[in-house]
Amino acid sequence: MNQQSATREASGGSRAYPILRRIKIRLHNVLSEIGQAFTLFFQTLFQIFRPPLQFDLLVKQLLLIGFNSLAVVMVSGFFTGMVLGVQGYIQLKPFAVEGSVARFVCVSIVKELGPMITAFVLAGRIGASITAELSTMKVTEQIDALEVMGTNPVKYLVVPRFLACSIMLPTLTIFSTFAGIAGGFVAVVTLFDVNGYFFLAEVQKNLFVGSVLISLIKATSFGMAIAAVGCYKGFSIPTAGGAEGVGTATTGSAVISLITILILDFVLNHILFNILGLV
Amino acid sequence: MISVRNITKNFGEKNVLNGLNLEIPRGETLVIMGRSGSGKSILLKIITGLIPADSGEIWFDGTEISKLKAKKINVLRQKIGMLFQSAALFDSMTVAENVAFMLDQHTDYSKQEIRKIVDEKLELVDLAGVQELRPAELSGGMRKRVGLARALAFNPEVILYDEPTTGLDPVTCNEINQLIRDLHERLQVTSVVVTHDMHSAFSVATRMAMIHDGKQIAYGTPDEIINIDDPILQQFVLFGAPDQILNMENPILKEYLGREAELPHAKA
Repeated sequence: MNQQSATREASGGSRAYPILRRIKIRLHNVLSEIGQAFTLFFQTLFQIFRPPLQFDLLVKQLLLIGFNSLAVVMVSGFFTGMVLGVQGYIQLKPFAVEGSVARFVCVSIVKELGPMITAFVLAGRIGASITAELSTMKVTEQIDALEVMGTNPVKYLVVPRFLACSIMLPTLTIFSTFAGIAGGFVAVVTLFDVNGYFFLAEVQKNLFVGSVLISLIKATSFGMAIAAVGCYKGFSIPTAGGAEGVGTATTGSAVISLITILILDFVLNHILFNILGLV
Repeated sequence: MISVRNITKNFGEKNVLNGLNLEIPRGETLVIMGRSGSGKSILLKIITGLIPADSGEIWFDGTEISKLKAKKINVLRQKIGMLFQSAALFDSMTVAENVAFMLDQHTDYSKQEIRKIVDEKLELVDLAGVQELRPAELSGGMRKRVGLARALAFNPEVILYDEPTTGLDPVTCNEINQLIRDLHERLQVTSVVVTHDMHSAFSVATRMAMIHDGKQIAYGTPDEIINIDDPILQQFVLFGAPDQILNMENPILKEYLGREAELPHAKA
């Protein structure tokens, strides 16, 4: 509601220019939402370090996010690896460097596509489900009930989901990365004339600890972003939002998570490769 | 016990509460009446600190609570039990887990001790034997009873009821009203009931207050309320109060009953 009055204020100065006014309102709303999302993010960080940490809630979320997503993440990784293998071989063959296909698959999957595919799958699957669950709790006054009973909703609802996403995304990325390399191996060895031992030797040669570390840093950041966006969109729905509000929040959560992941990926690539000079 | 002083609350340009003053005495059942959208439920949320007032003060047992930090508000909230309009049961938990929630979160009681308290509270609301059911498996009246058992779990000093009979059939409404009266007599708790259901209001109230245009326009015992000569209040009472109240030999009500044809609803 405060947002509404501020929105009116923002619109007050440009009555003569409706388009400008609309841009101003939209910009104000976007900035306001970013501010609120960051407030929730910092509240979550603060609550993580405030004892007690409820391990039973964390374990429940770890199982829900991790175990239940394992199969879909591995299948996605496997087929992404297969596509990379096929495309890589076809593109490299005219230059007579098709032997580098293993390196191409390995580096792409480890540094970029492993964390990215895992994050995309979890943004659609977990981020949206977090938003749906929390926004339903909001419209049915369950979050108000938590507060009235003296329990901090951020600590009780957001912290376990945030930690579980931050832990499980890198864990699942390891599985999807292995599945991706396996997919590339299966595609290249079965469809083209590439020796399996040679492929594996090339993978071993190009798999560095630094690359794995980069992958895990990216995956952890993506996990934090998915949980933060999912929880924020769930909490930000007005109590009177109803079923329509829950639907809109859930769709919005998936879309914003995906865009956030892409932006974050660019920023991390710039920091890790350009500024810190990692390879 | 609770003192609401000069509270204002606006949502955008809509002025919901406009300098509201209200006294909630210890041990009484105060019914707050008012039309839909008059800010009754908002007042409960301000009292519990769920939403902040724009200005004014809320005093709870000599402490001004709107200036308290989150940790102290959480301690204070443990003295308050609230039954929400929708019951607001946690649908991922069983009935027993719902009732046990506060005990589980804020005490070191063993599982057996918690189980015993949960059974006691469910018996208090006449709902023994539903411990393992999920909220989705309960009827509307049962959900309200479980919500009430959950509100009672921590032995609160104050129970807030937000529209306790809304959406229930007349028989269940009567059962809930009876339950509110019984709990008040047995536990001697202070109760605040927000409702626009006049049958329920006159059935449970020891004191009543009417909110209109964001202000308190009437306050008193049920007998005093029906003697207050205020057209808005009397319309409210006339249209909704039970027959036994309306049949009383009351000159003001008689006068309004005589003028009923002139009231806005009759003209419409």
